[in-house]
Amino acid sequence: MTQFNRRHLLGLEGVSADEISHILDTADNLKEINQRPIKKVPTLRGRLVINFFYEASTRTRTSFELAAKRLSADTFSLTASGSSMTKGETLIDTAKNLEAMAPDLIVMRHSSAGAPHLLARHIKPSIINAGDGAHEHPTQALLDMMTIRQKLGRLDGLKVSIIGDIAHSRVARSNIIGLQTMGSAVRVFGPRTLLPPQVESLGVEVANDMRQAVEDADVVMMLRVQRERLEDVLFPSLREYAQRFGLAARHLQKAKPGVLVMHPGPINRGVEMSPEVADGPYSVILEQVANGVAVRMALLYLLLNPETR
Amino acid sequence: MSRILLKGGRLLCPASGLDETGDLLIQDQSIAQLGGEIQAEDARVIPCAGLVVAPGLIDLHVHLRQPGHEYKETIASGSAAAAAGGFTAVCCMPNTDPVNDSRAVTDFILETAAKEAAARVYPVGAITMGLKGEALTEMAELREAGCVAVSDDGRPVADSRLMRRALEYAASFDLPVICHSEDLKLAAGGHMHEGPTATRLGLGGIPAQAEVLAIERDLALAGLSGAQVHIAHVSCAGSVEAVKRAKSQGVRCTAETAPHYLTLCDQDVGDYDTHFKMNPPLRSAADRQAVRQGLIQGVIDVVATDHAPHSILEKQVEFDQAAFGVVGLETALGVMLQLVEQGELDLAGLIRRMSAIPAQILGLAGGKLNPGGPADVTVLAPELAWKVEPEAFRSLSRNTPFAGWELPGRALATICGGRITHLLEK
Repeated sequence: MTQFNRRHLLGLEGVSADEISHILDTADNLKEINQRPIKKVPTLRGRLVINFFYEASTRTRTSFELAAKRLSADTFSLTASGSSMTKGETLIDTAKNLEAMAPDLIVMRHSSAGAPHLLARHIKPSIINAGDGAHEHPTQALLDMMTIRQKLGRLDGLKVSIIGDIAHSRVARSNIIGLQTMGSAVRVFGPRTLLPPQVESLGVEVANDMRQAVEDADVVMMLRVQRERLEDVLFPSLREYAQRFGLAARHLQKAKPGVLVMHPGPINRGVEMSPEVADGPYSVILEQVANGVAVRMALLYLLLNPETR
Repeated sequence: MSRILLKGGRLLCPASGLDETGDLLIQDQSIAQLGGEIQAEDARVIPCAGLVVAPGLIDLHVHLRQPGHEYKETIASGSAAAAAGGFTAVCCMPNTDPVNDSRAVTDFILETAAKEAAARVYPVGAITMGLKGEALTEMAELREAGCVAVSDDGRPVADSRLMRRALEYAASFDLPVICHSEDLKLAAGGHMHEGPTATRLGLGGIPAQAEVLAIERDLALAGLSGAQVHIAHVSCAGSVEAVKRAKSQGVRCTAETAPHYLTLCDQDVGDYDTHFKMNPPLRSAADRQAVRQGLIQGVIDVVATDHAPHSILEKQVEFDQAAFGVVGLETALGVMLQLVEQGELDLAGLIRRMSAIPAQILGLAGGKLNPGGPADVTVLAPELAWKVEPEAFRSLSRNTPFAGWELPGRALATICGGRITHLLEK
């Protein structure tokens, strides 16, 4: 059996292909629990998982809550509003207070890149990064890879295009790192204002237009456009964005047959993706959501179950 | 009458070209006698065989945090840190609370220093009231009160027209202007150098151009106004080029860099270590090399520390929430001696850039060893290896990127105005 000796999952950087495969294999096995009439196993009974969300999130938080409950862990969520986080307490103080409640694992979402790394230096429980600023969102990338592997049967030798706001996207970073680790090639496309400086240093190819971006792709991953980027003058209008950087059905003719269209959600229909693509035959967006619970169950299991450590 | 005899050291004074083994006698606040063998029976003798006796080091750029942020540093603790690091004089930047934009604040600093400081403290006044970039300070009065320069350190003057006026006005009183050159709009949202490391870490970047553009502006305005301009904390290749060009065109300008820009780079930020966060940020390895060359070739005139103490309140937080700045007074000499050891600079060249030239730029006392001159002397042990332990700092703050470094040498003794302000027990 593959060893999984990590205490934290702070990102996919430094996580090996074997480890990723092992997480995905575990998720595949656990997924079946979600289809049972009684969707619960006693594996993590008596363990405490705290969802510590410094930044608003519905889908990631509920996905983690559900994953913990399916494995019978006790769990509660702490969100930025209505807590000490908005009362000027430092991150470390809040975390130490949580630590005093003896959690086994803390799931953390924060708007500052590196916040989970800071926490990991100061408290003992395991930490899963559920998104830190524009840095990483490893569980999203793992659920994306789980979906790709289910649909295409492999994660190596694929061409994956990630399109949209790469600069501010932690989903993009984790996917770029994870997919490259697994042996796939990643291409990115977006307006230059939404690509991180020296993006090539991430090992990706940069496409020049939508046609080139989608051409020959096994997977097209669209990213959400944040409307506040408009206020930062990173692009002139949603109209022009949709025309030049939005995915329409006609673009997919150039992709590989059976191309997968993915999106971490929530979608701006008509901006980064036309409705017919979002609801079309290539879209695996809802499978992504279902796999999210399974991947998070796998991580809770692997990080908390002493037999696997 | 108090007398100190430094016995048998290598007397090294780049300003006068002196480099020979001999004694140095201090009487009260002055150097009484220099060179050869000196007999002084009643003097306190410090044996200096194998050591270097040099003019006291002068740091053109420190933040002493008093008044206003005494939990980070005070004039007493900051000057004690200076003494421990071999410095006999420091120039303190005006971004205190209240800002040093008036005679009252300058008076307070100088009075506190007279009572408590272990080094000469030279206040630098603000260019604009409250560092707001709106109205000029009363520079003539600041000069009269004891400010040796004015600066916008920490909050650059964004308005070019106002900056021109400031430079012209300062020139009327021969007051040097120290420029923190940064295009704030271009740097906005940045927390480290813009480059592959920032991209990998998902942190907003500060492009080198934010510094280069602002230095180009300030140097252009220096040319226009005829003011004496000193460019603070040069961190990148483009800035070295800009200063080099301005000097070749006859602009009255000088420049400094800090030990961290000569030895560290953006990759050292590692896993979001806030002790590597300062402004300007640590640049690329190529920039580091260019800054070193700039210093070696004399384009960059001096090494200053930009000693910027912060407590764990500002540093043990999320990287993008953390304050910019690192302490430097107690590690600067050791870090620079490492560059000497590596053959990048010779010792005389280092001493020149850390004493004679800084004194010359702002017209300060010291910077040389001469009979009758002030007894500001640093006794260096270039081969006394030590390990940087922040807990042992005299500074109130511990925010150093050099923790754990093994450095080749340090100041064994510091004497400021004839008073021993630091003496390492062997």
